[in-house]
Amino acid sequence: MQTTGTIKQREKLSNSDLLLVIAAGIFALMYGFAILSYPRSFLQFQTFFDLFSLNAPFIIITLGISVVMIGGGIDISVGSVMGLVTMSCAVLMELHDGSVGGAILLALAIGLAFGLLQGFLIAYLDIQPFIITLAGLFLGAGLLTIIHKDPLNVTSPAFVALRDYEIIVPWLGTTNRLGHFIPLQIKPGAIVVFVLVVVLVSMMKWSRFGRNLYAVGGNSQSARMLGINVKRTRFFSYVLCGVLAGSAGFVFVMTTGAGNVGNGAGMEMKAIAAAIIGGTMLNGGVGNLLGSPIGALTLLTINELIRAAGVDSNLQAIIAGLLLYLFIVLQSAVVSLRGGSSFALALPAWIPFARKG
Amino acid sequence: MATLRTKHTASHLILPLSVLGLLIVINLIKGADYFSISVINGALYGNIPNILFGASELVIISIGMTLVTASSGGQDISVGVAATIASAVFGQVLIASNQDTVMTIVLALLASCGTGLLIGAFNGSLVAVFKVQPMVATLILFTGGRSIAFLIDGKLSPVVGTKLTGQIGGVIPGVPIQTPIILTFVFIGLIALVLKLTNLKLYAESVGINEKAARLNGINPVSVKFLTFLIMGICTSVAGFIAITKAGRHDSVNLLKFIELDAILAVAIGSNVLSGGKFSITGSVIGAYTIEVLNRTLLRLEVNTEAIKAFKAVFIIVLMAVSSPVVREFARKTVERIRTKPAKQEV
Repeated sequence: MQTTGTIKQREKLSNSDLLLVIAAGIFALMYGFAILSYPRSFLQFQTFFDLFSLNAPFIIITLGISVVMIGGGIDISVGSVMGLVTMSCAVLMELHDGSVGGAILLALAIGLAFGLLQGFLIAYLDIQPFIITLAGLFLGAGLLTIIHKDPLNVTSPAFVALRDYEIIVPWLGTTNRLGHFIPLQIKPGAIVVFVLVVVLVSMMKWSRFGRNLYAVGGNSQSARMLGINVKRTRFFSYVLCGVLAGSAGFVFVMTTGAGNVGNGAGMEMKAIAAAIIGGTMLNGGVGNLLGSPIGALTLLTINELIRAAGVDSNLQAIIAGLLLYLFIVLQSAVVSLRGGSSFALALPAWIPFARKG
Repeated sequence: MATLRTKHTASHLILPLSVLGLLIVINLIKGADYFSISVINGALYGNIPNILFGASELVIISIGMTLVTASSGGQDISVGVAATIASAVFGQVLIASNQDTVMTIVLALLASCGTGLLIGAFNGSLVAVFKVQPMVATLILFTGGRSIAFLIDGKLSPVVGTKLTGQIGGVIPGVPIQTPIILTFVFIGLIALVLKLTNLKLYAESVGINEKAARLNGINPVSVKFLTFLIMGICTSVAGFIAITKAGRHDSVNLLKFIELDAILAVAIGSNVLSGGKFSITGSVIGAYTIEVLNRTLLRLEVNTEAIKAFKAVFIIVLMAVSSPVVREFARKTVERIRTKPAKQEV
């Protein structure tokens, strides 16, 4: 705090924060629109918290992917790792009478194993992250089908109790059409999301690892000259992403209660899209983990809106694509306008504001 | 073979060729009749023609992917989707014309190439003008593209099988080679001709290596990047054309699914750097055929269909680890140490 005297020096908003503000604004706009069009359902707290409860795994892997993206990498294996974890946990608990604790350990171990392998190959052997995590995607999907092919419902009583467990918040609820008061119910998955968001955001903001990661993602050359261990930082970002994918897998199986071959398929691209909407840039060095859940929620709200409107489900994907387009162009414009001439848009000369800066 | 002798090209082709050779040796150990070719109904069949036939779309798309990778330093992940949209247009034009002549097919192909160019222009403008990372820019179509193709189709997998398209996707009577193989080779030839006659290769490489330096030397990076994406559009529409004529129907959900991953893999196996710069189309083409050989080898070794993906993953990891700069350096040093040790003992 360098507030000397009465004039408070206003710090210029960083790109990360600006993109976060934009993301939050768009989400608020989107949710406001949803409330206006469907006040009955979207005004309920239950609907809002259901977005968290039902999509907790998606939000968790978005967090993981954002961490890697801030470090300048990419991880497209998260979806299939998550799928593998759901099936492994289901097999362990259902066919081998494993305990819930054992399943949690297994989930974290699988995620950790993938993270260690990929992180080592990418950071220390200097191989392109896209190819390695692509191999991770294949490996996860392949192992998933090797372990078990058919949908597997977990019926062990301890697990079912955990699956059906809901935290009831009596002071936040809604009255239904018949006039009965229904208290708010939150799934444990949502709590996991909240905890992870708090932990990860503070880690990225205040810990040495978080700051190193921003530096490495922004410019790995100068980060190395500053004495940052670039390789180790990168390695840990992939390990963290793997562990998050593993825990997302357990939350997934906790939400759905079953292992399925299709679990988590195609989730990685959705997560990347959500991370970008949340203001993380694929170039690295820019992003705020608070934006990741916001980005994910924006995508989910759109889907909910389209489902509520009852239009063709194909439009869902198209509108999600359009929104992504909007964000990408917006981000590009924001960064170029703020960066001045060094980042000037390569617009043709006949567009009036092309020569700005 | 004159080009193979130059040091640069040769070192680039060592990796894909050695992998291909290894796979062929494995196949020969499994059964010596690997190269046998038989004639059925006047066309050649056997392992080699099947590989060439199966890999045709992948080869064409990897050519475009190589160019895009070289100039923009990123990958186009919308290729499978783009091919699906372009071939949807092809199918609809063909269905609307309701005729089965060469003329209508050429017209439909032109329409689909136009669509491909449009998609290329969309992606290219985002990458070149708005300076968006290619993977992010193409993520847009990747998310919404298959739904667009579905809306163009109007229903799930319309049939577009006529006599002529059947011949294009299969065999033309009197010609012993399956038509997709011929089309692929013609396409490779065309691209080789373009690269030989124009400065595109040099320009794309210089933009990929250092955009600012290229601009200072009078090359417009924007138009070069844009052009590579346009070429990518043509590649995807031709690949979509081959895929739809092979299948005889247009399945907007599953057509060329996951081909983008294989195409990027082909580019990497072809010893091209995925962050842009120097490229070798030959390497990518060999890489694409290698992937097809790998898939078929795993099938031939009677690996469980479920396990194929895992085996593929292990293969990729080992291949990439072996060819990584760190391991190469380590190997070079080890070899040197072994060479110098006896020399010291003699002294």
